[in-house]
Amino acid sequence: MTQVSLTVNGSPVTREVEPRLLLVDFLRDTLGLTGTNIACDTSQCGACTIHMDGMAVKSCTVLAVQADGSTLTTIEGLATNGVLNPMQQAFWDQHGLQCGFCTPGMIMAATKLVENNPHITEAEIRHGLEGNMCRCTGYQNIVNAVAQVAAGKGG
Amino acid sequence: MRPFDYVRTTTLDETCQLLGQDGDSSVRALAGGTDLLTLMKKEISVPTQLIDLKRLPDLPSGITSTAQGMTIGTLTTMTEIETNVQLQEKYPLLAEAAAVAATPQLRNMATIGGNLLQRPRCWYYRNQLVNCWLKGGDECQAQDGENQLHALFGGGPCYAVHPSDLAPALLALEATVQLRGPGGERMVPLAEFYALPEEKRRQETQLEKDELLLNIHLPGLPAGTRSTYLKAMDRKVWAFALVGVAAIVRLEEQKIVDARLVLSGVAPIPWRVTAAEQALVGATANEATFAEIAEFALADAQSLSHNAYKITLAKSLVRRALTMLTDEG
Ligand SMILES: Cc1cc2nc3c(=O)[nH]c(=O)nc-3n(C[C@H](O)[C@H](O)[C@H](O)COP(=O)(O)OP(=O)(O)OC[C@H]3O[C@@H](n4cnc5c(N)ncnc54)[C@H](O)[C@@H]3O)c2cc1C
Ligand code: SF4
Ligand code: FES
Ligand code: FES
Repeated sequence: MTQVSLTVNGSPVTREVEPRLLLVDFLRDTLGLTGTNIACDTSQCGACTIHMDGMAVKSCTVLAVQADGSTLTTIEGLATNGVLNPMQQAFWDQHGLQCGFCTPGMIMAATKLVENNPHITEAEIRHGLEGNMCRCTGYQNIVNAVAQVAAGKGG
Repeated sequence: MRPFDYVRTTTLDETCQLLGQDGDSSVRALAGGTDLLTLMKKEISVPTQLIDLKRLPDLPSGITSTAQGMTIGTLTTMTEIETNVQLQEKYPLLAEAAAVAATPQLRNMATIGGNLLQRPRCWYYRNQLVNCWLKGGDECQAQDGENQLHALFGGGPCYAVHPSDLAPALLALEATVQLRGPGGERMVPLAEFYALPEEKRRQETQLEKDELLLNIHLPGLPAGTRSTYLKAMDRKVWAFALVGVAAIVRLEEQKIVDARLVLSGVAPIPWRVTAAEQALVGATANEATFAEIAEFALADAQSLSHNAYKITLAKSLVRRALTMLTDEG
């Protein structure tokens, strides 16, 4: 067992973990944060996307021990006092989801995109979301949702 | 995934010693983990100890300009390569190659060193139930099997293609890799570092088991040099190259004075087509020349039962790249 200490959604966490434990399983099973989904488990679909030290990563292909010392944000960390953050609200407003399985990963990837590039264009949104798959929406409403946030933020 | 010990080391020497400790590859180095963890999940790689290179303070990371060229530390992420402004200006083909490789979240984790050392995507190789030649078995299942994604050049015994988009760009740039082993450092041109797998060395590089990749050194290019990386995929984004081409051209008064062409997706290692490069030098830049060069570049291609389409694809990419790079508009 190896000890890991990290910050998850603003709270410090220390646990003993097996080195082979994946970060996504650490979040879901050890910490009970089941908002982050697992679909492909092979780093293809993006459902498991979280923020690690300010970068969007696929938590199914990171070991919990690799995240030792880092700061993580998961989908549970976005809303404040029950108020959706702008990206969550935009997915709601624009019908950016159907079954919702891809949505947590999609929102985590999208928040970083707009944060890094407030004047993001539609082409850049599509390039930035290449790592996230959605089997329901056909993507257009997802792109609209991200564009809504960008328009509100950057003008 | 099988259990293993997670190890952090503090010096390069200690790391090399640990890596060389036993003969059976049970100690492995972990960079971003985007390839190695995938192999470990399928138990194609089963290390008993994993050394976390991202925690090794002396291992270089980042992009620095040198007198002529640039040096890229092995831990530099693909996102950094895609977005570094100096690199985009000096070596557009490398930034372009990074931008079309994998996906944003992977590029945030994946290192350039790991990208160069990633293993083939051949579906037999990636299938834990098949013990193909590259994994130590007796035969290559792809040779007479499902070989639509396989090699046109340098095939046999292994016909897998090298999956990296960065490697062909770096080979075209005539990069050198700086390696570190227990006995010290060595500098190896990328052209030698990549070597077709053979009986006694069933891997795509000359890296020894106890060696670390430290840096990639890029020489400068003369002013006026243009470059690009084009990639054909079976969908528009997010896929490994069916075929790619890294091209560098320098033009003086419509005559080509310098040219480099490296194909990806066509051989177990990135494949430089030197004869076609030589034929380009001195030629006039026009469609007729490019069509001829494309034929010439693929003249020795040997297709398998299901991959002849790659020849057509590669010719088109070569023509397109040369046209783009010599277009005065
Ligand atoms: C879904 C998916 C799609 C992809 N698409 C593409 C694509 O289109 N184009 C492309 O080019 N790549 C693609 N990749 C591959 C990806 O770019 C590589 O997995 C990544 O670059 C590997 O880097 P890493 O740091 O994660 O390496 P790791 O997985 O940590 O390591 C890979 C190998 O390199 C060794 N290694 C790493 N660093 C060193 C060092 N300094 N010294 C010695 N050995 C070292 C490790 O021991 C291991 O054997 C894709 C991967 C996935 C999962
Ligand atoms: S092409 Fe290479 S990796 Fe694929 S089955 Fe043949 S030997 Fe194995
Ligand atoms: S579950 Fe991680 S990318 Fe699909
Ligand atoms: S909403 Fe169903 S997968 Fe995206």
